[in-house]
Amino acid sequence: MSETHAHTTAFVRDAVLPQQPPPATASGPLRWMRDNLFPNWINGIMTLIAIYVIYRIVSGLLPWFISPTWDQPSLSACRALFTELGQSTHQACWGVINDRWRQLMFGFYPAELYWRPTVALFVLLAGLAPVLFGGFPRWFMAFALASPFIIFTLIWGGTIWVPIVVALGLVIAVVAFRGLVKRNAILATFAGIVLPILFWLFLVGPLTAVLSDALPIGLDPVRSNQLGGFLLSVVIGVAAIVLSLPLGILLALGRASDLFIVNKISIAFIEIVRGVPLIVWLFTASLLLNYFLPPGTSFDLTLRVIIMVTLFSAAYIAEVVRGGLAAVPKGQYEGADSLGLSYWQSMQLIVLPQALKISIPGIVNTFIGLFKDTTLVLFIGLLDPLGLTNAIRASTDWNGIYWELFIFIGVLFFVVCYSMGRYSMYLERKLQRENR
Amino acid sequence: MKNSVLFGTLAMAGLSAAAASAATLDDVKARGNLNCGVVTGLAGFGAPDANGVWEGFDVDVCRAVAAAIFGDENAVEFVPTTGETRFTALSSGEIDLLARNTTWTFSRDVELKFDFIGVNYYDGQGFLVPTALGVTSAKDLDGATVCIQTGTSTELNLADFFRANNITYQPVAVQTNAEGQQQYLAGACDAYTTDASGLAATRATFEAPDDHVLLPEIISKEPLGPLVRHGDSDWADLNRWVLNALIAAEELGITSANVAEMAAAPTNNPEVNRILGTEGEYGAMLGLEPNWAVAAISAGGNYGEIFERNIGENTPIGLARGLNAQWTDGGLLYTPPFR
Repeated sequence: MSETHAHTTAFVRDAVLPQQPPPATASGPLRWMRDNLFPNWINGIMTLIAIYVIYRIVSGLLPWFISPTWDQPSLSACRALFTELGQSTHQACWGVINDRWRQLMFGFYPAELYWRPTVALFVLLAGLAPVLFGGFPRWFMAFALASPFIIFTLIWGGTIWVPIVVALGLVIAVVAFRGLVKRNAILATFAGIVLPILFWLFLVGPLTAVLSDALPIGLDPVRSNQLGGFLLSVVIGVAAIVLSLPLGILLALGRASDLFIVNKISIAFIEIVRGVPLIVWLFTASLLLNYFLPPGTSFDLTLRVIIMVTLFSAAYIAEVVRGGLAAVPKGQYEGADSLGLSYWQSMQLIVLPQALKISIPGIVNTFIGLFKDTTLVLFIGLLDPLGLTNAIRASTDWNGIYWELFIFIGVLFFVVCYSMGRYSMYLERKLQRENR
Repeated sequence: MKNSVLFGTLAMAGLSAAAASAATLDDVKARGNLNCGVVTGLAGFGAPDANGVWEGFDVDVCRAVAAAIFGDENAVEFVPTTGETRFTALSSGEIDLLARNTTWTFSRDVELKFDFIGVNYYDGQGFLVPTALGVTSAKDLDGATVCIQTGTSTELNLADFFRANNITYQPVAVQTNAEGQQQYLAGACDAYTTDASGLAATRATFEAPDDHVLLPEIISKEPLGPLVRHGDSDWADLNRWVLNALIAAEELGITSANVAEMAAAPTNNPEVNRILGTEGEYGAMLGLEPNWAVAAISAGGNYGEIFERNIGENTPIGLARGLNAQWTDGGLLYTPPFR
């Protein structure tokens, strides 16, 4: 090719030039900076001012944070170290975290048993994974169903027969419902609710006693009042989240239902529970219930708190889900009816999947709020992380220490709440159907 | 209708019978431990250490009572209570004894139906001011801003004191001692007022304690003591005399170091013998073993030892005995005789 043109044309490019990088000002960090930080002189000045403000804040905070005090045994030792180093005493004393982080995480849980809540956390994560993400084998779902009982045994210990027998009650419920649902749906629902409750009330005690006599397998029992710190927050938070979602959905369906009594009971429950501050319910749990219960019965305080927080959160979830139900077009309900689906089938297959998808941000928002609200238990004398800060300050070593503890606890809560928020965004993207 | 009334009456009769026959000591013995209400965390008076073991001045009263009953100072279940939950926890039976720096007042004793079993710390409300303020008396605080915990008796005492002296002040409301400490150090108020023991403990944690001074005026009486429910005088007696035994032990020179030796054989002092069970049947009268006081004193020492270990002058809190010295030393501690 070059041969033919060699005499007629002075120069022929016979190969494609390699691509040149764009000019330095039109690409890379410089371009980015010009586009985003200095597009014109007003924004440029604003950027410089903002950078200066950020610099002042960070340069003020960093020296406080970076402080060689991890090994100090007390606040006075920290202060002595600063004086010795000739530094300002306005620095963090991280020794308190080193000294007390186990207590902030586990409360008064026996130190030699710390592995049990830790394993329970992994069981929780593994049990949640198939529920949250999907794409796991079917048998893994069975593990997810068993995980609450495994976690209960790990944290509270005692004979393994209690959770097994309690789980048996659920099996009875399912078998009764399945066996009767073909004949009469209402009878099946009734049997599915009443039979396990009768079983739990009258048979769990004796059955457990017999079984644990015959085969005494179990872990060292740990009392509820030994739970504390972040472990307590997570136990209350997770239990309330897991229990309040189904309860909240049922309440939302009840509120949208045509059945007069179901409808009115749901409305009354939601409005009463939602209309009273959580702290009042917590005081009710810790103070009033004692007067109603016969003397000598001890109804575990942690359990009472879990029940109250669950009911409180269920009322909020119910309203969020009701919003989702209202947003599902009427045609969807009518379409489900026209297919001849029963009420539960239409809810399960047509309405709830759409309503719940709409409600995800609201539901997760409620859960994040609920998890942070668990710190309110400090007002009824339970030693959650915030309650423990007070106890830690009461020791002569650490009296007068504030920010280090609060920052540590804040980071713990942030990690959990931020993860929940990210998960909700992931779920929204995954369930996005409109643009496919 | 008739039937329901009958059943109601029967149920009430059954309940009151159950309540009347329920002796706290029997319940405690059957349970195998004492449920003792304590503070959720107050320097020197009660707090869990890094291993979760409760310690403090009030906590040691719980331990002494448990030791007197079971011979084991660790047979105590500590129930942390807040200012709001403490009285309900006691009256509902969740705890058997409340040892939580609670001021003995008329309304708590009479209206709330509790029995204070004595006073283990005589406190009073004081003022903490920076030395730089140049104030030597609380009466000089005219026009000052004062940090004060809201909803406490200290708030009322403060108003009374300033009105009685015809001077004015500007209150700065804080919720907790921790907040008060921060506000005071940040200069939000000229003076911080709460119980003098709390002020001393707070001052001890400052970077430069010498820059702050406790004013000499004590503007209120705050006798702090353990309390039990109305209606079981035997149980109140037991607790009262355990506390009395600790105080009397200091007066009579019985310490945790020499109590075993003194209890081994009768001494020359008949009162010591009666306390330690080598003479008389005092333990049996309380429903306890003869060596109940020996166990109580061995648990944490006598009153003086408990005081010195938790809040005394050699601790960072550094409280002087002051009003809490024995009557023989010019203090207010004066036990009825063991006779």
